[in-house]
Amino acid sequence: MNQFTLSAVHFAWLPILPLIAMALGAMTVMLVGPQVDDDDSAGLGVIALLTLLIAFVLTLFTFSQNHLAFGGALVADDYAAFFDLLIIIATAVIVAMSLDYVSDEGLAGAEYYALILFSALGMMLMAAADDLIIIFLGLETMSLAIYALAGFMRRDPKSNEGAIKYFILGAFSTGFLLYGIALVYGATGTIKLEPIRAALAAGNASNPLLLLGLGLMLIGFGFKVAAVPFHMWTPDAYQGAPTPVTAFMAVGVKIAAFAGFMRVFMVSLGPVSAEWSGVLWVIAAITMTIGNLTALVQDNIKRMLAYSAIANAGYLMLGMAAAPARAAGGAMLYYLLGYAFTNLGAFAVVIALARRSETRDRISDFRGLARTHPGLAAAMALFMLSLAGVPPLAGFVGKFYLFSAALGAGLVWLVVIAALNSAISVYYYTRVIVEMYAREGGEVTIEPLGARPALLISIVVAVAGTILIGLYPQPYMSSAAAAYASAVRRPAIAATAALR
Amino acid sequence: MTMPPLVFAFLAALAIIASLGVILQRNPVHCVLSFALALTDIGVLFMGLGAVTVGFLQIVVYVGAIMILFLFVIWLLNIQADALKPRGNLGIKFAGAIGAAALAAELFVTFSSYPRMREIRTMPPDFGSIASVARMLFSDYLVAFEVTSLLLLAAIVGAIALARTTTGAASPALPVTVGGDAPAGAPVDAASSSIASGSPAREHA
Repeated sequence: MNQFTLSAVHFAWLPILPLIAMALGAMTVMLVGPQVDDDDSAGLGVIALLTLLIAFVLTLFTFSQNHLAFGGALVADDYAAFFDLLIIIATAVIVAMSLDYVSDEGLAGAEYYALILFSALGMMLMAAADDLIIIFLGLETMSLAIYALAGFMRRDPKSNEGAIKYFILGAFSTGFLLYGIALVYGATGTIKLEPIRAALAAGNASNPLLLLGLGLMLIGFGFKVAAVPFHMWTPDAYQGAPTPVTAFMAVGVKIAAFAGFMRVFMVSLGPVSAEWSGVLWVIAAITMTIGNLTALVQDNIKRMLAYSAIANAGYLMLGMAAAPARAAGGAMLYYLLGYAFTNLGAFAVVIALARRSETRDRISDFRGLARTHPGLAAAMALFMLSLAGVPPLAGFVGKFYLFSAALGAGLVWLVVIAALNSAISVYYYTRVIVEMYAREGGEVTIEPLGARPALLISIVVAVAGTILIGLYPQPYMSSAAAAYASAVRRPAIAATAALR
Repeated sequence: MTMPPLVFAFLAALAIIASLGVILQRNPVHCVLSFALALTDIGVLFMGLGAVTVGFLQIVVYVGAIMILFLFVIWLLNIQADALKPRGNLGIKFAGAIGAAALAAELFVTFSSYPRMREIRTMPPDFGSIASVARMLFSDYLVAFEVTSLLLLAAIVGAIALARTTTGAASPALPVTVGGDAPAGAPVDAASSSIASGSPAREHA
């Protein structure tokens, strides 16, 4: 496109409307913010929820579109729509569980909700990007907001420590990603995802420039999904951050990072999957093993869930190692869906347990919860069982689809390692249940959930999601498979067009 | 558009002198100012070679943003010139010598292959012009351009949220001074007392 004409720019507004809604919502929160006292910031959260609702409705319109917009910067396909909806729902649940938390802790509400919305905007960009620059910008928008949110408890040294570690290591890893993008650009001559795929399919796979860039991008994404050996920041950042932000990091960041990771590697770099699937095999194996083994010895529930999140990244990368198999992508999307609801619920229970300016996040704090608050204990037990992979909950079905897809791709040994890891993980998940139900002593008194309706609703939503997605997986699985297929199909269409 | 040789010689000599100033001066502020001069000079050289956009970007990005950041850091850390007396650290000198030797070798190889470099085609006349960069920026990369502004906005909000001294409500960790509690109607009093008590309320001063 040498000659610039207005018609040459593809102004399809639809895929960008949800993003515009998010940006406007964040700015509205910031404009209204100064009128609101920090101890009474729930109203700002409601504005954020309304924003998310609008973005949700707008995203629904982008289903089954399948076209590029803005000169190939954004893509409107089911894959982007699936991830955008998931990100919006997860963000809404996190805002709901923040409403009382933020005002109780006296955090700056305007900045908090604005940063949450900016971060979600970055996540949605990563899912809808068809251009490495947009993926990078989305990742940075997401990350910069999360760095600040992780350090939001400014009087808490742990929060500061976690945020600094996350920020410095994160900035470092972003450098790797950017360097990788530059080298891939040098090797293929383009930064748009589809032309990269086409260039690689035409052959020059063993270009050392490309392989170096591929490795550097792998490091950048591996950091964001917390894969071993790029996971060092995870436990400290998760433990120090305000608990709703921890949930956002465990769910939102992971979903968005995998959305970008999968689209870049499984679709765009798919033609050279032989070059990277072996590396992912090894990373997946050590990630799940180290995540699960370290989770065994944690006494802090947030650290335990952090290592659990690392282990889950390992399971998901098992799907990536099985890349050429079409079934693996759909299984990963389904797994992320179940993972999101289960983790949101677990963190919501941790928030319910905490009281004003007193964090109760040791596993022993759960002792005796079943006697004083049987409903809350039952919900937590449900989430732990789902994470451990007990049928018929979402976690089990997700693992089942994922492992069988990997078996179909012939990764027998990796699936054996994953199954052994699942068995190990049962131990530390049931430890929480044992503390709640079987241990003597422990007096858990919490503020009644009836006084915190938003938190109660978010727990109910998570419980419903965990059960529904597991009990009746068919519609979710088929929409996940269709979403992944839409990301793969478009290049296929373009390839047949090129053949003519 | 080519430069007269005399102008080039002047600019090149100035670049070398300014670069020497960066490493030879004691006062870090003087070093940074020399560095700014060297970078501006290189920006002018770029413009003389016809790369006007690169020249302006060089000045805006390096001198306008990065150098100012350097200056802020030096002021914030309050480095004294005495503390920076050259120490006889053999390891650093050794590493520096290796780096300099590698750069010299690279330059030698580059210049010795100069006859082959002439075969490189020259760019079309409007390549890299401000007009063509702007055309790219507002058509193909429009979304990236707009998202960058959102990225910066999020970064500003995050930085202010973390760095501001009060969160609206009373903040217990701040040193409470007599003037610090005064309402906004008494700024002079607030300034004098906060300076007297040594609190970091610089914005009044």
